[in-house]
Amino acid sequence: MTVERTQDPSSYVEQQQAATVLAPVYGQSDAPIDPFPTKEPNAFQVVWSNKKARIGIIILAVFVLMAIVGPWIAPYSLTDTHFPPGKGPSLAHWLGTTQSGQDVLTQLLNGARVSIFVGFVSGAIVICVALVVGFVAGYFGGWVDDVLSLLMNVMLVLPGLPLMILIAAYIPHHGIGEIILVMSITGWAFGGRTLRAQMLTLSRQDYVVSAKFAGESSLWIIFREILPNMLSYIIANFFGAVTGAILAEAGLEFLGLGNPSITSWGTMIYWAQNGDALLDGQWAWIIAPGLCIALLAASLTLINFGIDAVANPRLQED
Amino acid sequence: MSLREQGLQNKQTAPGRYVLELKDVSKVYEGRGHSTVAAYKVNFTVEPGKIVALVGESGSGKSTLARLITGIEKPTEGRITFGEWHVESLKSRQLRNYRKHVQMVFQDPFSALNPQNTVLHSIMRPLRRHLRLSEAEARERAFSIMSTVRLTPVEQFMNKKPHQLSGGQRQRLVIARAIAPEPELIVADEPVSMLDVSIRADVLNLIDEIRRTRNMSVIYITHDMLSARVLADEVIVLYRGHIVERGTSDEVLRNPSHPYTELLLESVPNPFEPKVRTASRAPEVSITRKQALVAPVKGAAGQGCPFAPRCPHVMDRCRTSIPSLTGDSRHQTACFKN
Repeated sequence: MTVERTQDPSSYVEQQQAATVLAPVYGQSDAPIDPFPTKEPNAFQVVWSNKKARIGIIILAVFVLMAIVGPWIAPYSLTDTHFPPGKGPSLAHWLGTTQSGQDVLTQLLNGARVSIFVGFVSGAIVICVALVVGFVAGYFGGWVDDVLSLLMNVMLVLPGLPLMILIAAYIPHHGIGEIILVMSITGWAFGGRTLRAQMLTLSRQDYVVSAKFAGESSLWIIFREILPNMLSYIIANFFGAVTGAILAEAGLEFLGLGNPSITSWGTMIYWAQNGDALLDGQWAWIIAPGLCIALLAASLTLINFGIDAVANPRLQED
Repeated sequence: MSLREQGLQNKQTAPGRYVLELKDVSKVYEGRGHSTVAAYKVNFTVEPGKIVALVGESGSGKSTLARLITGIEKPTEGRITFGEWHVESLKSRQLRNYRKHVQMVFQDPFSALNPQNTVLHSIMRPLRRHLRLSEAEARERAFSIMSTVRLTPVEQFMNKKPHQLSGGQRQRLVIARAIAPEPELIVADEPVSMLDVSIRADVLNLIDEIRRTRNMSVIYITHDMLSARVLADEVIVLYRGHIVERGTSDEVLRNPSHPYTELLLESVPNPFEPKVRTASRAPEVSITRKQALVAPVKGAAGQGCPFAPRCPHVMDRCRTSIPSLTGDSRHQTACFKN
């Protein structure tokens, strides 16, 4: 074959000749081979192509829709208390009525707002704190890392729910803002710890050292060179934090540490428990909000399966 | 006036300004209970426009010297000067300024490139940061650098990301980024060891061509004696952090006088005279090999010649005192044998 006679592989002319000889074989003329001829799917397409994530997105979309239009499609007014109290499901009241004569379905549709709002806002705050603490600790290392790691470890070993109860008990006024505050204080350590570990790995990569050689500042390196490479990881952490916040919020309100006068899924279970719903056979009153909380948390977990596939292409389904 | 001519003229106005000088540089890594000497009283200078090869096996301290020279790490002792910079005491802001003049080419082009950044972006950033060029100027300059390293046609490569490039193309991109701020010194840490044999010559030729046209110094770190001979003007042989032999590449590789250099050269497979060699020198080679394969004795360094535990010509005084470099400027050896 002609190629084998080519003595010096660095000779450009001979390479060209070799390419011409090989061209009919590979059906290739002068253009180099493009190994990725088709456009790569974007991140959302990857998530959507995952069956579990698709189910999660659909469930989440239903709940978000519920939070937006819930009060308008509710069959009755939230303040309407003149219905016969403590009745099970019927045609007029699909999920029954409460002890104080309110429609449970109306409450359920109104309660979606609080759960989703509190969940996403505390999730966002938690991930921001975790991001800053984890990034600073992981990137700069040294004594900064020692101090922040100690803080994170202390927060991690404190049992979460009792701490939340303690803080909530000391706060004089119990509103949505206070609940968000309590969860932000107690929730950031886990995310901070994992993001620190991820940062520690990525900041030792050669491309980070080369960015320093290119004269980039620390802030640029953290946010433009490293962060895009762990974006899916951060989003997964965010959804994890939202899930935790939704469950914790329901837990606090169930224990009566929230504001029982606002209508959320957590307070619904609190009032159902107070009204002996299970003893009176009003299963819908307690199961409906419980199921909503579980489904919302499950949808976020399912979406995380898809996000994992973005971070690790081997998990992608064909 | 072309950019290349401009660069040359700038350098001609200040001849000899950018000389790299290492004086008694030592680096000790403290571990739990034991310390590792990665560099021991290393002295050498790199003149402008010269290629100096640092040769040695794994663990000989050649990559450590690269990290010290580029300011990634600080030496335990000794001074490193480059132009007006005292590299061992640079603060982070000065270090950024220093790296306009000293750039690095990494061993692994797969990990040295951010998977998210396009070719054009990777080359433009050092131009924007170090040379303070505007967006449009940097773009223009990046195109000319891409054609220098033969990432052509430019339009086809500019928007590609690293995973769409071959190994050789990636390494040329790494080189392009290193030459972008027009440095006076490039430290190339085994730039071809991760590449296919077929494209090694290509990348080495590119480094040589850039050195000649832009009058840069290059520190070429390698374990491959043949490529050092092809590329370098001067060769420095390192063993466990000590310089054991140095000189012009022709001298050192034609007439090696340190037993370690001889060993390194013997371990290069020579396809042209295998039979002659095994026939006439078989017994001698096998003895050398046997001794060389004995694991180096821990803690031997510091008391005597670091190579003594593996040396076929070892004498009593080798175990008690460290030989210093002797010989003329063209060829120096640290061995009592001479």
